[in-house]
Amino acid sequence: MATKFVIEGLKAEIEGKEILKGINLEMNGGEIHAIMGPNGTGKSTLASALMGHPKYEVTEGSATLNGEDVLEMGVDERALAGLFLAMQYPSEIAGVTNSDFLRSAINARRGEGNEISLIKFIRQMESSMKGLEMNPEFAHRYLNEGFSGGEKKRNEILQMMMLDPKVVILDEIDSGLDIDALRIVANGVNEMKNEDRGFLIITHYQRLLNYITPDFVHVMMQGRIVKSGGPELAARLEQDGYDWIKEELGITDETVGQEQEA
Amino acid sequence: MTLQTILPVQAAQIKEWAEARGEAAWLTERRLQALELAASLELPKPEKTKLDRWDLSAYGAFKSVAKTASREELPAATKEFIEEGTHNLIVQHNSGVVYTELSEELRAKGVIFTDLETAAREHEVLVKKHLGTAVKTSEHQVSALHYAAWTGGVFLYVPKNVELEVPLQAVFLTDDASATFAPHILVVADANSRVTYVDNYVSTGLDGKVLHNGVVEVIALDGAKVQYATVHQFGKEVTDLSYRRALLSNDADIEWIVGEMNDGDTIADTATSLNGNGTHSDAKIIAIGSGTQKLNFTTRAVHFGKSSESDMFTRAVMREEAQSIINGITKIEHGATKANGQQTEKVLMLSPAARGDANPILLIDEDDVMAGHAASVGKVNPEQVYYLMSRGISKTDAERLIIYGFLAPIIAEIPLELLRTRLQRIVERKLGQ
Repeated sequence: MATKFVIEGLKAEIEGKEILKGINLEMNGGEIHAIMGPNGTGKSTLASALMGHPKYEVTEGSATLNGEDVLEMGVDERALAGLFLAMQYPSEIAGVTNSDFLRSAINARRGEGNEISLIKFIRQMESSMKGLEMNPEFAHRYLNEGFSGGEKKRNEILQMMMLDPKVVILDEIDSGLDIDALRIVANGVNEMKNEDRGFLIITHYQRLLNYITPDFVHVMMQGRIVKSGGPELAARLEQDGYDWIKEELGITDETVGQEQEA
Repeated sequence: MTLQTILPVQAAQIKEWAEARGEAAWLTERRLQALELAASLELPKPEKTKLDRWDLSAYGAFKSVAKTASREELPAATKEFIEEGTHNLIVQHNSGVVYTELSEELRAKGVIFTDLETAAREHEVLVKKHLGTAVKTSEHQVSALHYAAWTGGVFLYVPKNVELEVPLQAVFLTDDASATFAPHILVVADANSRVTYVDNYVSTGLDGKVLHNGVVEVIALDGAKVQYATVHQFGKEVTDLSYRRALLSNDADIEWIVGEMNDGDTIADTATSLNGNGTHSDAKIIAIGSGTQKLNFTTRAVHFGKSSESDMFTRAVMREEAQSIINGITKIEHGATKANGQQTEKVLMLSPAARGDANPILLIDEDDVMAGHAASVGKVNPEQVYYLMSRGISKTDAERLIIYGFLAPIIAEIPLELLRTRLQRIVERKLGQ
């Protein structure tokens, strides 16, 4: 079945404060959607709410992946259903090696009695790491512990490549990356593009989109998608910034859930 | 006013048992002196633990055991710990050592590895000189009673300049609640020698309470390096009182690796006295508490020597209603210039009913030193659980990975592969998986 991911009327809050005020978005396999917008407009909340971060509470709406509402599922079940979130701030977990962690994640998908053979796993991991120009020793390092910002981001992409998800959400994957790392990460994403996989790329810089061409661009402000368009919208944002959209829509403060100054 | 204490062991019994073993007169004399001392000594006072409320009476009676020359005849509960290919092994079953093996190669090098009773007869000068020098009879009532009642045990002597690559191993089993179980381990590493010793303490099929009053003494002479790994996994019938102490001469080095995996109440005190200059002590402890265990773990480093260094690292996981007090004591004496003492205690709490107190204590009487401590008590981090689950790993597995990861840096240091994999299994059992 061709992948179809539909977000409808999604509202979410953190500590009682509503951040997402009704998000609607439809994405098919093979498509790349970019979600852009200034800081504090709810972009990362969207990513976290979709994945099921314990701090965010979904109050309304649905997000169906091939007809199944992932918001009804536990975090691990969402992942097994095909959702993947490359996080802005991945956790560091001491004592758990990168390879042990990844093997557990792969075997969680394959189920008991059908575990991946060690040899096959190592081969896959080595080849993916090579593509991302990662030092092979990172396989045996503790998960994200002592990794630089760029190394963590590459490690997120490595996980994406090995877990073969249907819906990939990249949350500010470009932040903290130098231009070489940006190119490598973008190549990783482009290689993974296929008809069964959709990408939701969250960024507030246009520069990642020089390497990954989106099919659709959405602008978020005040916890809503306020404008959608094609790649030309990203180009206009690069040139003119966000102020023209605010003017067009009569928005003075684009942020959501921030403490208001008196 | 002196307090009249009713002791759990009597002089007449000590004499009778010593005669039954054919013990040397000097040793029996020491036992009787220790017993006399015990009557006037107080119980030890570990931080925040009231030992006077514990039942410390289950010393049992000495029962002689039959020695065997065949590994096949060893109790099954000990066999599973014996590393294949080990030729240097001592097994104690209740009150006495039943099996001793030392390879020709080590024998030829002058290594002594035998039960302490035999050593007291055959190597009287050495044993007399060192026994009771690290943990003193007069420290408290528990140490005095130990020196009155100990049986079996291990004596390991490594001559000058002898460096041993293979670990020596011992297993201690208690399965008879009426038999005394109080082994004493004495390791003497002569100048510039090097040795690794590993042991396991286990219980099985007990039908009553047992007190393990055990003492470990490590004497590392100039330039000697000793690695000492021990795993305790007594059942809940056993109350474990373990005092381990190393004395380091100039440039000597001790590494303690300790797994506290008992199901019963435990007091364990692992200490190093850095007497010489340029000495180094490293202590790594992992502990898991479960059920309604009461636990008190102390690591201690006392610096006398100049440029002496100590590192202490404890990681403990507490589940169910386990109550634990975890102390790290770094003491730097006046004159121990350029000493460096560091310690870390980390406790992971898995249940709201469990208790874990981490007490870092620095006692510094010298200006020109470095010392540091870090202590933390926390729960499994929900962000970490979320991260692992977001990759499809179940909550149970995510928590398991995080808990193992918490203990992994110490398990990885265990010098015997069999012990390492066994310890992993013990960890799984203690964590209820």
